[in-house]
Amino acid sequence: MNSFLRKLRIVVSLFFLLITTFLFVDIFNLVTPLISNKITFLQFVPSLLKFIAIISISSFGFIIVFILTFLFGRIYCSTICPLGTFQDLVNYFSKKINKKKRNKNLFLKEIKWLRLLILFLAIITFAFGFILIVNLFDPYSIYGRISGNFFKPVLVFINNLLAFILEQFRIFWISPYDIKAFNFIPFLISLSFLILVLVLAWKKGRLYCNTVCPVGTLLGYLSKISFYKIRIKEEDCLSCGACARDCKANCIDSLNKKIDETRCVVCFDCLTSCPTEGITFSFNKKEEIKNESFNNDKRNFFVKTSIFLLTLTNLAAQVEKKIKITKPSKIPIFRKNAISPPGSISLEYFNSKCTACHLCVSSCPTQVLQPSFLEYGFTGMLQPRLDNNAGFCNFECNICSEVCPTGAILPIKLEEKKLSQLGIAKFIKENCVVHTQKTECGACSEHCPTKAVHMIPYEGTLVIPEVREKYCIGCGACEFACPVIPYKAIYVEGNEIHKKAEINNELKIEQKVDLKEDFPF
Amino acid sequence: MKRRDFLKNGFLAGASITIPGVFGNYFAKSSLTQNSNYDLVAIKGGEPDKMFDEAIKHLGGIKNFVKKNQKVLIKPNIGWDTSPERAANTNPKLVSQVIKHCFDAGAKDVYVFDHTCDDWKRAYSNSGIEKAVKDAGGTLVPGNSESYYQDITINFGKVLTKTKVHELILESDVFINMPVLKHHGSAKLTISMKNMMGVVWDRGFWHRNDLHQCIADYCTFTKKPHLNIVDAYYVMKQNGPRGVSINDVVVMKSQIISTDIVAADAAAAKLFGSEPESIPYIKIADSMGIGKMDLSKLNIKRIVL
Repeated sequence: MNSFLRKLRIVVSLFFLLITTFLFVDIFNLVTPLISNKITFLQFVPSLLKFIAIISISSFGFIIVFILTFLFGRIYCSTICPLGTFQDLVNYFSKKINKKKRNKNLFLKEIKWLRLLILFLAIITFAFGFILIVNLFDPYSIYGRISGNFFKPVLVFINNLLAFILEQFRIFWISPYDIKAFNFIPFLISLSFLILVLVLAWKKGRLYCNTVCPVGTLLGYLSKISFYKIRIKEEDCLSCGACARDCKANCIDSLNKKIDETRCVVCFDCLTSCPTEGITFSFNKKEEIKNESFNNDKRNFFVKTSIFLLTLTNLAAQVEKKIKITKPSKIPIFRKNAISPPGSISLEYFNSKCTACHLCVSSCPTQVLQPSFLEYGFTGMLQPRLDNNAGFCNFECNICSEVCPTGAILPIKLEEKKLSQLGIAKFIKENCVVHTQKTECGACSEHCPTKAVHMIPYEGTLVIPEVREKYCIGCGACEFACPVIPYKAIYVEGNEIHKKAEINNELKIEQKVDLKEDFPF
Repeated sequence: MKRRDFLKNGFLAGASITIPGVFGNYFAKSSLTQNSNYDLVAIKGGEPDKMFDEAIKHLGGIKNFVKKNQKVLIKPNIGWDTSPERAANTNPKLVSQVIKHCFDAGAKDVYVFDHTCDDWKRAYSNSGIEKAVKDAGGTLVPGNSESYYQDITINFGKVLTKTKVHELILESDVFINMPVLKHHGSAKLTISMKNMMGVVWDRGFWHRNDLHQCIADYCTFTKKPHLNIVDAYYVMKQNGPRGVSINDVVVMKSQIISTDIVAADAAAAKLFGSEPESIPYIKIADSMGIGKMDLSKLNIKRIVL
C-alpha cells in the first residue's frame, strides 16, 4: 500500500510535469487551447485569479485544490505543481550523484517569519492591485518562465539541428524555428529563480517550497487540519531517523517523533523508508499499514546535464540581424503605454491579473508577445506585451485569449478580436522613406489588415501613408513591416483601455467583367 | 549554382553590356521557347486549372520547360493568411494543376515555397495551397528561416546588388513564377516581378532603397523564372496587397503565361485596367532590357473559352 501510494504520486507528478512542460515548449503549436485549458485548470494561483475575474466552471480548479488539501494535505505541491516535481527531480539526481548526501536530509527548523512574510506580502500587495510579488513567487508561473527561457531553447536547438540535417537531403519535414526576440532582464530574473530553485533543491530538497513559496505556505497551514496526514505511530517508532533522512521537505523530527505538517508535501517517501511501519498516511493514528520494500529505477543523470549545456550553447548562438543603413531615421519613438494582448480589456485590468507565466508567450504563433521589463511600469514586470519588433498580432488569431489560465486575457471571439483596438498607429512623417528619400515604400499599408493605414497622394506620383485611427486595431503589422532604421516611421501607441474599432466598410468594387470580351491588348 | 556557372553567366552578361543590342536580347530571350511561336498566351473564361491546360499547349506544353528528372521550383504568392476568394494569394487550383503538369512531364521533385508576410504556417494552410500542393504530390518548403537563404550578387542591379535568396532558387533546374494579379498600395500592382520579393530574405532593403528600382534590379539576377504564370481568376482591385474583405475582389477568370516577365506584367496590367507605363518598375525593367513591355511587338495568342 505504502509503496503503491508513492508510485502513484511519482506517476501523477511526472504526468503533470511533462504535459505542463510541453505546453511551454510547444514550438509546433500542437496543443490546442482547449487541451491547454484542461492542463492549466488545476494550477492554483492562475485558477484563483481567473475565479476572481470570471466565475465559471473553468476557474474551479483552485477549489478542487483546496478540497484535496483538506482531505489529504499538500498533494498539490507533490503532484500538480510543476516546479515541485522539477525540484524533486533535481533532488533525486543530487542524491544519485552524491551517495553520501542520502544520509543528510535531516530535520530542519522552520523559518516561519520568512514564509509568513512572503505570503502576507503577496496577499496584501495583491489586494492593492500590485501583483508583482505574486508573479515572482507563484510556482507555476516560475516554472512557465523557466520552461520558456531554458527548456524551449533546448527543443528549438534540437529541432533546428534536425531541420538542418534533413535539409541537407532536401527533406523539409521539419522547419527551423527562429527565436525572434531576447529579453535580457526577464531572462535574468528567470535565471536567478532557476539558480535559486536548483541550488535549494540540490542541497535541501523542498526548501524553496517550505520557506519561500507563498502557495506552499498557504496550503501548508491549511493542511494542519487535513483529514489524512502522515503520522508517526509512537509505539512503533524507533526514532531511527530513516524517514527523516529520506524526507525531501526536512520536516520529520524523528527524535521527538513529530512531523511539521505545514511543510510536509505528502510525497510518501518516508512511508517506504520506515523499517517498522512506525509512520503511516492515515485518517487516525491507529490505522495499520504494511511495509513494502521499494527499489528506485536508475535514471541517467546525463540527460539533465546535457539539457543545461545545450541551453547555454543556444544562448550563445542568438543571432543578431544585419541591417543595411541608407539614411537613418532621426526621430526616436517614445511609447507612453505598452500594448497589452487582445482580450485584456485595459492595462489596469491586465496588470492586476496576469501572473506572467508566459503561456501566451509560448503559444503566440508570431512571437509578438514578449515578456516586459519596465514597459508596464515596475508592477507589471515580466508580464507579456506586444513587441512589434519581434512580430505582429495575427489578424485571424486569438490563441492567447484562449490559453490564458488566469483570466488576465479574457476569452475573446475572433470576430470581436478583429475590432478590438489595442492601440493606435502613429505615423512619423519625418522618418518615412517616402518623405526622406522620395521613393515609394508603403510596407506599412501593405501589412495593415483593416487598411487603417492607407496611402494618399504625396509629391508627384508618390504616395505616403495616412492612419485612419477609427479603423486601427493596434496589431502592429505596420510597425513590424516599416523598414526604416534605427527608428520606425510608424508605431503603435498602446490604449490604456482597449476600444472598439469601426468596421472598414469599403464599398464593393463595381466592375462588370465581360468574359466574352476580347483582351485589352 | 556552381561558381563556374555563375562566373560564366556573369561574364556573358558583362560582355553583352558593351554591345547594347545584345544586352536586351540576352535578358529577353529564353532558350527554352524554341518550339513555340508565341511570346505570350492570354486566356479567359474558364476555371484556373482548365485555362492552364489550354494555355500551356500554345507554348508547346510544360514538357517544353520541364525535362525528365528535373527539379522544379514553383513560387506562388502565399503572402497572407486569407482564404482563396480574397485573392491575396495565388489560386490553389492553379498551383495544384501546374504541379501535376510538371510531374506528367517527368519532373523528379516539385517544390513550392514563399517567404510569407503573415505567419507562414497559417498563410500556407489558410490559402489552401498547403492542401493543393500535397494533393498534387509536390513538396511545400518553409521560407520562414534565414538559414534557408544564401548570399548572391546581382551584377546588373543599380541599387540592389547583393541579397540573400532561398537556396531552392539556386539549385532548382526549372523555376516557375506564379503570381496573382492584384492591386498594391505602393508598387501600384503586384504581378510577376513583384512576386520575386518573396524569394529574398530582406525585403526591408527594397522598401528603404527605391522599391521600384529594386524590383527591376532583382529581375536581372541570372536565375530568372523560366515561365511566368499570372493568376487573374480572382483579382483584388483595391486595398491590395492584403485586402480588407471580399468586397475588394472581382472575378476575372483570366490567366497570362509568358516567358518574358516584363511582357507578362505589361499584359496583366492592361487586364487590370492600368497602362504598363504607369507602373514604374515595369518601365524601368523595360528600359533595362529585362523584357518587353510594348505588347504590340509581341506575338500573342489570345484565347476566350
